[in-house]
Amino acid sequence: MKFLRSIGRGIIGLFVDDEFLAVTVLVLVSAVIILVKVFDLLPLAAGVLLLIGCVSILLISVVRTTAARTKI
Amino acid sequence: MLLSNAAISAVSAAFLASLVEVVEAFTIILAVGTVRGWRPAAAGTIAGLIALSAMVAFLGPALNQIPLQSMRIAIGVLLLLFGSRWLRKAILRYAGVIPLHDESTAFAAATTELGKKALRSRRQSDWIAGITALKAVLLEGVEVVFIVVAVGVGHGLLWAASIGAAAAGALVLAVGLIVHRPLARVPENALKFAVGVLLSSFGVFWTGEGLGVTWPGGDFALVGFILVFSVASLLSVRIARSAILEVVA
Repeated sequence: MKFLRSIGRGIIGLFVDDEFLAVTVLVLVSAVIILVKVFDLLPLAAGVLLLIGCVSILLISVVRTTAARTKI
Repeated sequence: MLLSNAAISAVSAAFLASLVEVVEAFTIILAVGTVRGWRPAAAGTIAGLIALSAMVAFLGPALNQIPLQSMRIAIGVLLLLFGSRWLRKAILRYAGVIPLHDESTAFAAATTELGKKALRSRRQSDWIAGITALKAVLLEGVEVVFIVVAVGVGHGLLWAASIGAAAAGALVLAVGLIVHRPLARVPENALKFAVGVLLSSFGVFWTGEGLGVTWPGGDFALVGFILVFSVASLLSVRIARSAILEVVA
């Protein structure tokens, strides 16, 4: 059981390390899907938004972690 | 063109990512083999490989049942989560915010742990050693399976990605058999950085295609995404490093 639990934790850990990063990526993708499906946003504009959003989230995540570590 | 940009990127991502994962699994298997002998190490490794093969055999047909557009979005999102996680960690390690992963330290920790457990009965400690090898192969192997399936399935590149992963496995095994110690000289962080960039780029590409985006230049757009993620990541390293230097000064 302990073995299976650690495997399960390992698999979740493949995708989630920093909760902020994981949650904001999911929120971004959901928002982009809604914009395309409900508000008829041009797919290419959605793609550009996705790219800029992902890069920005990554930058913010790095800055947040660095700030948290340098405070200690 | 013999190979498309997507195929080259898929093979590179699968090869580089597998290289990192197989090196990590090899360190644990080597520790098990050194401390408890090669029988439990081999048994755990073979059991892990069988479990991974079963996973691939199940995943392949299961993924074919999902409509292509939905599958691309799902795989794209998972690639974004997975790729950004690797990239973020590599950036933080380059900047000195978190320590670099060291195979020699990992090997020492694993041998110490197994050495403690070896004080129990021989049968029990062989079992623990086998499970340790199995766990290493499963956990690192799942990442390889995910990467191969994720970068390969969207454009029918599963074979290309599998060949990339198999080549990495064969290379690590060959070098490992020769040097017979942890492969500490592999530039793991550089590989993780490169793979993070590639997988994040694939993530944007697949998710976009799932949403109906026709990327300008087709597969060539991937090269553009790789450039954007690389520049942004290098910028992040600079920002994080200067913050660390300020604190030190």
